[in-house]
Amino acid sequence: MSDLPLIQADPAVSSPAATARKGGRGRGPRLLSRTDRVVIALMVLVPLLLVVGLVWFPAVATVALSGTNWDGIGPISEIEWVGGRNYSDVINIYPPFVPAVQNNLLWLAALFVVATPFGMFLAVLLDKEIRGSRFYQTALYLPVVLSLALIGFVWQLIYSRDQGLLNAALGTSTDWYGDPDVNIWAVLVAAGWRHVGYIMLLYLAGLKGVDPSLREAAAVDGASEATTFFKVVFPVLRPINIIVLVVTVIESLRAFDLVWVVNKGRNGLELISALVTQNVVGEASRIGFGSALATLMLVVSLVFITVYLATVMRENRK
Amino acid sequence: MSRPRTQAEYLARLVPPSVAGLRRRSLLAGAAGTGALLGTGLLAGCGSDSESDGAESKTVSLGSNQSDPKPKDVIAKVMAGFQTASGVEVAINTVDHNTFQENINNYLQGKPDDVYTWFAGYRMRFFAAKGLAGDVSDVWGKLSGYSDAFKKASTGDDGKQYFVPASYYPWAMFYRKSVWQQRGYQVPKTLDELNALGAQMKKDGLNPIAFGDKDGWPAMGTFDILNLRINGYQFHVDLMAGKEAWTSDKVKKVFDTWAGLLPLHQADSLGRTWQEAAQSLQQKKSGMYLLGLFVGQQFSNDEQDDLDFFTFPEIDPAIGAKALDAPIDGYMMARKPKSEANAKKLMEYLGSKDAANVTVKNDPSTLVANSGADVSGYTALQKKAAELVGSATEIAQFLDRDTRPDFASTVMIPAIQQFIKDPKDISGLLTSIENQKKSIFTD
Repeated sequence: MSDLPLIQADPAVSSPAATARKGGRGRGPRLLSRTDRVVIALMVLVPLLLVVGLVWFPAVATVALSGTNWDGIGPISEIEWVGGRNYSDVINIYPPFVPAVQNNLLWLAALFVVATPFGMFLAVLLDKEIRGSRFYQTALYLPVVLSLALIGFVWQLIYSRDQGLLNAALGTSTDWYGDPDVNIWAVLVAAGWRHVGYIMLLYLAGLKGVDPSLREAAAVDGASEATTFFKVVFPVLRPINIIVLVVTVIESLRAFDLVWVVNKGRNGLELISALVTQNVVGEASRIGFGSALATLMLVVSLVFITVYLATVMRENRK
Repeated sequence: MSRPRTQAEYLARLVPPSVAGLRRRSLLAGAAGTGALLGTGLLAGCGSDSESDGAESKTVSLGSNQSDPKPKDVIAKVMAGFQTASGVEVAINTVDHNTFQENINNYLQGKPDDVYTWFAGYRMRFFAAKGLAGDVSDVWGKLSGYSDAFKKASTGDDGKQYFVPASYYPWAMFYRKSVWQQRGYQVPKTLDELNALGAQMKKDGLNPIAFGDKDGWPAMGTFDILNLRINGYQFHVDLMAGKEAWTSDKVKKVFDTWAGLLPLHQADSLGRTWQEAAQSLQQKKSGMYLLGLFVGQQFSNDEQDDLDFFTFPEIDPAIGAKALDAPIDGYMMARKPKSEANAKKLMEYLGSKDAANVTVKNDPSTLVANSGADVSGYTALQKKAAELVGSATEIAQFLDRDTRPDFASTVMIPAIQQFIKDPKDISGLLTSIENQKKSIFTD
């Protein structure tokens, strides 16, 4: 890029990126024209406002509201401060909270241990250019196009106790969505069904980018297929692996639509996100209490986000 | 243009544009409102905007939660009656019943329709006290045919009226006469007789009591009636108001009794809606069903005569079996309707005999609140239901209408579902309810 003659010839109209790179050659940003400065200011300000307005403000407001008992009605001046009471209530006396945490963890574990590896496995298979791989690829990717809410409906046809396909085929009368011991697994199958296709596509894209000479070299050295994958391909795909990991974590934290469609996140399908919605959005309007739940969820998300960012930044420094 | 959402809207479109100039614009406003609804997830009011050209507004909007086909049809007919009587058009904005209820806070604080459907009881007084409802005391001055009980049920904490009752329905044990005659079942008068009857039904291959609690609220009816039978009306009201302890022996006895009855209830109830449970009664697979009179909506017209009910039997002779749940449905006015005159006109019409007569003619699953209405069109079932409520000593509204909505939906729904799932740990459950109650009932 930097040796493109156009940029060399006219520094006054060079892009900010090019200028920054030239900074290393001793030219300062004071060479920027007025237009450049306006453009840069806009490019910084607009996203900044968006991020502050749409991300930071709601996040801080949630944390602030979690210390109140606001019921969503009336002016903000009437909000009463209750300190940490919402948090102690959530943990001590709110029965759905513990199942919700367990279900979120179960969700993460199921996606991480079963769905994600299976998706990666399918990607490796499809990468072998087997016959009809395009067809399989499309078939497996199809569920990803559907929203999770829609997937809830699709699977309802399969899981319905009285009219469902599954009970008709098995001759059972299991209440797949209603039985609190069963429904979380039934829902996880539906969620995994979609997740597998997503991971497969991500990983397939990564695999296509692996330099074939690496595999050839491994083959020449006499490595088996499995050894080649685990010792050569997998380490090379580290950036993709991290993305897959992050996607898995995000998917399990934001899991919501599916359980909401099934039974509003009650009776065995409690998830933190569903509890937040029940408390904040419904007729209940326990804004303060719901915000405390949301804050707890934010804290958990922050842990994962921090780990991810730390890894990515270390990667960039190298 | 969007598809018509209600029959009235569809009918209104048949009017030539030259006649319905204003109407078209309000429809467009409605379409814009729908867009806002999709965009924000709020129940944005999608009725008529006040006309910018200064002409006298001839429209009024109604937010309706009557989303089931039959009641929806009745609303459309009542509104058509109002249109004929007053010349003011009504834009009906129907929202799914449960969704309407769950979004009510946002709905009322946003731009609600001029008039909206709501319930009497704590839930009405709550919004009135929060200033989210319009005072309709002057409309009440023009209404006639309401008993004091109804007026009291329409009055807020400040002594003003905020509600116009339209209909009510008792909760009772429904059954099909043909099934009971065929098997020779007798109406139980006591809890023991109910248990014996249930055992006999089981022997005969029926689910004794149909049951569905997927949506969380139908089982509250069972709790209510047991509490009313075991502890009486006053205790029930105090318990709902947060004044009594849930850990008391009285409440424990309610759950103990319920646990004894649970084996008679249809299994796997947490995955079943009330409609499905009602269909099991309709298909003669269940023997009886504790539900509101609206259970009739799941029966075809020629099956209505086969439907009968009895009030839940006596448990404690000292308490008797005279109290019951009979929730009142009706209408409230927005705090700032776009056209207050039209909104009040509509409220007055909704409380009139004429509106009640239209309802009587078209909906056999409800009872009208106005005693001046011509009830000769009542079915035998309706007459019996009206008698039952008339002879009741006390009338409760329903658990989720008699207490704080946050307590009902975030504490009681999970708690009752937990009880149905695992009826053994009653004292643990009650301790948990009591702890949460203390945290919610703070003011």
